[in-house]
Amino acid sequence: MATAKHPAPHLASGTAPTSAAGASAPGPAPRSDQGAAPSPTPSQATSPAKATAQSRSRPTLSPKRREQSRREFIRTSVLGVGVLGATLAGLIPLATQAQARLRPPGAIKDRLQEQEFLAACIKCGQCVQVCPVEAIHLADLIDGVGIGTPYIQARDQACDFSCDGLQCVLACPTGALTHDINYPAQARMGLARLSRPEACLAVLGQGFKGQARGPGFTGKLRYDEVDRWNPTQVADQPYDLALCDLCLRQCPIEIRLAQCAAGKPPSGDANQCPPRAAIRLEPQAKGGALPVVLDGCVGCGVCEMICPVEPAAIVIDIDRVTDVAPAV
Amino acid sequence: MSYIVDSLRQIIGLDAVKPGPDDRRPEVVEIMTEKRKEKLTKDGLRAVEAGRAQAADRHKWRNRRWVTLIIANLLFVVSYYFDVQLLEGALTASRLVGFHMADLNSALQVILAYKHVVLNLVIGTVTVFIMWLLLGGRTFCSWACPYHLLAEGAEKIHLWLAKRNLAVDLRFHRMGRVFFYLLFVVLTVVTGYTLFETISPTGILSRALIYGPGLALLWVLALLLFEVFVSRRAWCRYVCPIGITYGLVGVLSPVRVQYSVKDCHHEGDCRAICMVPHVLDVTIRGRARTVLTDIGADCTRCGLCVDICPTDSLNFTVKGLDKVL
Repeated sequence: MATAKHPAPHLASGTAPTSAAGASAPGPAPRSDQGAAPSPTPSQATSPAKATAQSRSRPTLSPKRREQSRREFIRTSVLGVGVLGATLAGLIPLATQAQARLRPPGAIKDRLQEQEFLAACIKCGQCVQVCPVEAIHLADLIDGVGIGTPYIQARDQACDFSCDGLQCVLACPTGALTHDINYPAQARMGLARLSRPEACLAVLGQGFKGQARGPGFTGKLRYDEVDRWNPTQVADQPYDLALCDLCLRQCPIEIRLAQCAAGKPPSGDANQCPPRAAIRLEPQAKGGALPVVLDGCVGCGVCEMICPVEPAAIVIDIDRVTDVAPAV
Repeated sequence: MSYIVDSLRQIIGLDAVKPGPDDRRPEVVEIMTEKRKEKLTKDGLRAVEAGRAQAADRHKWRNRRWVTLIIANLLFVVSYYFDVQLLEGALTASRLVGFHMADLNSALQVILAYKHVVLNLVIGTVTVFIMWLLLGGRTFCSWACPYHLLAEGAEKIHLWLAKRNLAVDLRFHRMGRVFFYLLFVVLTVVTGYTLFETISPTGILSRALIYGPGLALLWVLALLLFEVFVSRRAWCRYVCPIGITYGLVGVLSPVRVQYSVKDCHHEGDCRAICMVPHVLDVTIRGRARTVLTDIGADCTRCGLCVDICPTDSLNFTVKGLDKVL
């Protein structure tokens, strides 16, 4: 059966044109099988040597083969346009700024210009895996070329630097989270802004009692006095404050400043001490206090996360960072 | 040397050069002459058919491959889920017990787009390069890529439908893949974005497995539907640059599938089951130049042909291993 189905083709045909030529340029190369039975052209009949040379450069194609080749070329071109279109579609979200996201500490970025960060990120999610408070998520297809890049939704779960040592930065294999920073105070993620002073409990002179974000909130923070090594559910730590100062009270920079002032820097490392304050509450003449964001703010988002009013009265602007150069 | 040339020709989409009258070794000519002399008897044919039927049920390499592929991908998932830090990250870049690994194609994109390379990436890339150099290059495609497994399923459905005229198999020119590859390189350098990563089903699936599903799976589904109804294994055959990157690694790899012309019936079962059948052109009657031929680097070393060959004419080989042992 085998031999019957495949009679030995053109074993002895020395002048059978090969299909090597014609395939060197992009485009459909003729399949090699058709060279088996060429209909000799007049020139081939008269001069075999010349014919061989000619057939090497342009193999004889039957009209059917030529039509097939032409169609294959067109099909491949259409596929090419399709693939090119799909690829370039990834750039569309850039134009709409849909990718403007809060990035993990150390993300190389210059304000909204994230090109370098998006280029350097290899989209592996190792930063996601090491984060103790699981603050980092990976972007989906709607971010286009930003697919698979890490971002933080501060209101749901901010980065509170529970790890002290910037684990995400250490985990990054490409330096998209730049290895130039070692301490929380060196991060430049964004800058906090009191977006709704009219709703701020401190401005209104009001206290706060209960769970900061309600009983259903799943976000975690490190409460040093509870468990230094395991972040705790915010919902498990009810507050009772005469004047709401949650943004200041939970600010990781302010917490570190207080610890350093008490002679107990985080992890016993004096380098962990921030050089500048991030936020203060300015007492107002008519009562209450105004949260003022200072140039030590790194934009981690804890204030936005912990703010008990809905929507948050304080938010992170990701297109601004403190102008002070990172402390070394 | 001709293995390298033939492999490169395959990868850039050129057809295999047919042997001229003097290109075939005398042993091969003799074997082929013997084959022609062989009388076809009914019993002989029956034996051949029985062999084919038996081979069709043999799935040794396929099963090993599926187990390997699933375990490799599950390692990522398990590692993250149980926080055991065995294999952290995704297929694009990871850490195996703390040691950096970076997918060659993803690393290439980052290097081209970012135009800086940090040491960790160099370590990861070199490690993975050596790993796949030892394992066979495009072995990555069939033994590690999660899309490959889904595409194999889609291929089964495609063949079932095609047999009933419910699906077509449009062929594209394989040189298109080289065009895409160069296009991705140029666009990545020019725009400064890792453009291919956006549409890479390998990265999308790996991340979906580890970090949870997302909208990007719709793109993967679209690709699979295209392969089911329009063109068999289209992504892996005609588009994916990862295949070219690892194919180039495979050019230098000692792990190969080896073809022996001696007992081959030239039935073509291997070419029918192969994802990249052009690599098996040597199994066509009259194509073999030598008794033993190594299948070129565009081969994914999936072993389907090894399983299905009724005469054991296709086998895995590791070049130089016999000399070492």
